Amino acid sequence: MTTSTIAVEPIIEARRLEKYYPQPDGSRIQVIAPTDIAIFPGQIIALLGPSGCGKSTMLRMLTGLSPVSAGSVLWHGHPLSDESPNVGIVFQSFALFPWLTVLENVEAPLEARGMPRLERDKRALRIIDAVGLDGFESAYPKELSGGMKQRVGVARALVVEPEVLFMDEPFSALDVLTAETLRGELLELWLDKKIPTRAIFIVTHNIEEAVELADRIIVLGRNPAHIHANFTVDIAHPRDHKMPEFVELVDAIYRALTKPDHAGELIPASEGTHATGKKHIIMLPHTRPGGVAGLMEILADQGGKADLHQLARDLSLEVDALLPAVDTAVLLGMLKVEEGDAIITPEGQEFAAADIQQRKAIFRKAALANVPLLRQMEQALKAKANRTLPAEFFHDLLDEHFSEEEAHRQLETALQWGRYAEIFDYDASTGKLILTES
Amino acid sequence: MPRNAIAAQSPAPLPPGLVRARGAHSRWAFLIDLGVLIFVFAAIYGVYSIGRSWLGPAVPGAKISQRPSILPLYALYSLVRISVAYAFSLAFALGYGYVAASSRRAEIILVPLLDILQSIPVLSFLPGVMVAMVALFPNRQVGLEIGSILLIFTGQVWNIAFSFYSSLKTVPRELREAAIIYRFGRWQKFAQLDLPFSTIGLVWNSMMSVAGGWFFLMACEMFVLGDRDFRLPGLGSYLQTAASHGDTRALLWGVGTMIGVIVLLDQVIWRPVILWADKFKFEQVESGDKSRHSILTFLGKASFVIRAYRFLVLPFFSRLTLVFAGGARRAARTFSHPKAEQSRPWIGWILGSTVLVGLGFAIFHAGSEIAGLHREDYSALLRSAALTFLRVNAALLIGALWTVPVGVAIGFNPRFARIAQPLVQIAASIPATALFPVILLFLIRMRGGLEIAAMGLMLLGTQWYILFNVIAGAMAIPTDLKEASRIYRFGRWARWRYLILPGIFPYLVTGLLTASGGAWNASIVAEYFHFQGRIVSTAGLGSTISRASDSGRFDILLAATLIMATVVVLINRLLWRRLYRLASTRFKLES
Repeated sequence: MTTSTIAVEPIIEARRLEKYYPQPDGSRIQVIAPTDIAIFPGQIIALLGPSGCGKSTMLRMLTGLSPVSAGSVLWHGHPLSDESPNVGIVFQSFALFPWLTVLENVEAPLEARGMPRLERDKRALRIIDAVGLDGFESAYPKELSGGMKQRVGVARALVVEPEVLFMDEPFSALDVLTAETLRGELLELWLDKKIPTRAIFIVTHNIEEAVELADRIIVLGRNPAHIHANFTVDIAHPRDHKMPEFVELVDAIYRALTKPDHAGELIPASEGTHATGKKHIIMLPHTRPGGVAGLMEILADQGGKADLHQLARDLSLEVDALLPAVDTAVLLGMLKVEEGDAIITPEGQEFAAADIQQRKAIFRKAALANVPLLRQMEQALKAKANRTLPAEFFHDLLDEHFSEEEAHRQLETALQWGRYAEIFDYDASTGKLILTES
Repeated sequence: MPRNAIAAQSPAPLPPGLVRARGAHSRWAFLIDLGVLIFVFAAIYGVYSIGRSWLGPAVPGAKISQRPSILPLYALYSLVRISVAYAFSLAFALGYGYVAASSRRAEIILVPLLDILQSIPVLSFLPGVMVAMVALFPNRQVGLEIGSILLIFTGQVWNIAFSFYSSLKTVPRELREAAIIYRFGRWQKFAQLDLPFSTIGLVWNSMMSVAGGWFFLMACEMFVLGDRDFRLPGLGSYLQTAASHGDTRALLWGVGTMIGVIVLLDQVIWRPVILWADKFKFEQVESGDKSRHSILTFLGKASFVIRAYRFLVLPFFSRLTLVFAGGARRAARTFSHPKAEQSRPWIGWILGSTVLVGLGFAIFHAGSEIAGLHREDYSALLRSAALTFLRVNAALLIGALWTVPVGVAIGFNPRFARIAQPLVQIAASIPATALFPVILLFLIRMRGGLEIAAMGLMLLGTQWYILFNVIAGAMAIPTDLKEASRIYRFGRWARWRYLILPGIFPYLVTGLLTASGGAWNASIVAEYFHFQGRIVSTAGLGSTISRASDSGRFDILLAATLIMATVVVLINRLLWRRLYRLASTRFKLES
């Protein structure tokens, strides 16, 4: 899997692929900025990014499950709509039919193609054998453990001999050990050419998983999703997590992920742009204040400076769990990130050392100074004679900048922070915000 | 049918362990075969006698025999009517639900329509159905039979349709995507995804529907329409005749037979079906207790059944799948637009305009029909609606008052539940209308006895919905919450206020919602009754509908039906749906 194979023609090529939702007022909510992606034969490609950034939508557009808003997806140079691409998908939730046995589940795609029974049995049993499920043919999915279930998912995807195997967070519903085993087995099937699949496209939020499996890693930034960085992995298999080049690459990806999002530095050719024409609004990372406090305490304990990758490793956290807390601390001015190192600021130092009540006061000051949304909310509440506003009011404001789902999450995060900072109180039964009188 | 449709997909023909090994080697297999054969012969004879009765000449005022020895035959007649009506209901409901769930345009009309149709009581369909059927088959009994079956059908079909529709709407996204990406054709998607996913809901709603069929059986087998008197031999007409003659002995025989049939059906059909449906539970982990039903095992042992299944049913269904799979291969070409509705606008236009013309026609005629009513008629209608409203809600209140404490007691105490639950289930499956004449015997002499009886019948017919839901709610309250309330020494009041009532609230709302609709429908039999040679009735919307149907006053029937449908739909929208939303947000128990 070296870079030389890239010279051949891609199996799938996405050109200026976009996803947006038109709004009634004529504007649009951009979910994915115009993006170019190509899947070449002989490669495992990992699409990496924090959750909710649009990775899964991207996968669904490449397979034809979800329509594209603009741009095109080409299969061997022909538009996707004219082709019937032969693909398999391994889903995060397994998506097995609980009322069918393992064998029936694996045979279902063959049955759909009108394959006669004997041929079907033969092929399904061969692939069931290959993924290590023999003996479980007549079991129902609910009798199996998570790892065995996902083996069925893989068998079902491989039985159609797909040209490209798509995997949507395939191992994130499994425990760490099982996930590691399955990754190893997948690599074995792939490297030993035991499966006819010509390329694998895997969506994940786990950096080490991406580095372990992939030949190429595409890092997505968000709001809207765009290609933030692109890495080629030249480490020979099997890749040990402790090898220096492995650790180095993981570090580099960490740095890319924590770097302020000026897309295009690494790969100017296929960078995405922020296509929203509206004034920029700071997106709140989805964290709870408690998570920030925990992070600051740990940093203070470690002398005020720590390598993020090392930190995540020590805490056995994935990017998903650590990065939002880091982003929040940076936003509040309690932390600086330089070259993958997190460095605590004096404000952060003070916050880490304070008791519960003092922390709330510091958080309040930092939040009102650095988070425009919370400042806006406070002012709006102050403007009202009864110091009360319905939460929907703010939801409508956020709706203009974010998709429905994201607006909801933004409001929820803002409510968490505002309540903790004692800027306002929120009554869930009436859905109203009340200014906290100080 | 759905059972075979699903099982037939299995390449390994039989559920292993259950059937093959034990069945083939059992020493008793021969006897079981014999039993099954005898049963088949009995069934053939039953079909023969039903055919003879149906195809015979029409007997408008047929005499309903009161001999107890005729009861098995009558029970068979009624059972066949209910079963045929149920089969039609299921087929219709699957079609209706499928169309409503797969076409966005149809959904807009079909779903609210379902809400309205569900609120129309059986008797309101009666004149139209009967007149049409008698006109179609003037000289054959089959016209009356079909009419009666259609009446039962109108009471059974709507909730099954709604259940199927809402199941289809909740199929998990990734499963739907898997079906698309692996190019399932329509048939395969229906047989391997849609139908299995909906099975549990369909089974429970089928049980409710068939129970409703028994409840309204008396009204559907014997009725007066203007000057014509329609009677069909059956259990319902037997009971009604016994009641109107005041023949207590016959009444008790009839009630006993009905209870026997229902308990038998419960044991032979519903219990095994529920156990079998457990396979379709959409869950990741297997639930702890697995019980096996004797009938399933019994049938599993009959090699006769095995052979029929293996050599007749299985090949047929796999052939079907393969035939449709050819279509799937063609359909795969339009792969990237799985959802794109084929735009054949003219079909929509033709359908739409046909519906509009029909609606306009109906509204015009209904309008001219109602136009003849006077202001006094309207005020009488509204007054009776108010009375029924009070009665229904009083019945609900009484129902809730006794079922909540009892249901919580059963739900909190597993040992008690094991004894109480089967008893309650049998009690609930007995149609209150069959007991009603017996109750009337005692109440008729009391002052206001009929008022009590009417409310009592509504209560008997609907309280079970509340009770079952309360039991389920009480069982769903997490143990740690119960332990917390014990550790902090909640008093009785605090326990109810903070733990039990909020815990069962969503379930209670579901139960009350179902019960409310049921009570309104039950008012047509609760407020008006032929008893001991006369008509006993109490003022209300239900008795207005029954009387209008009896005397052929179509204008009043129509107006009363419209009022009832409006009231029920309004109550649902204004009260129950809001409570439901509250229940699913604030009172949802989340882990």
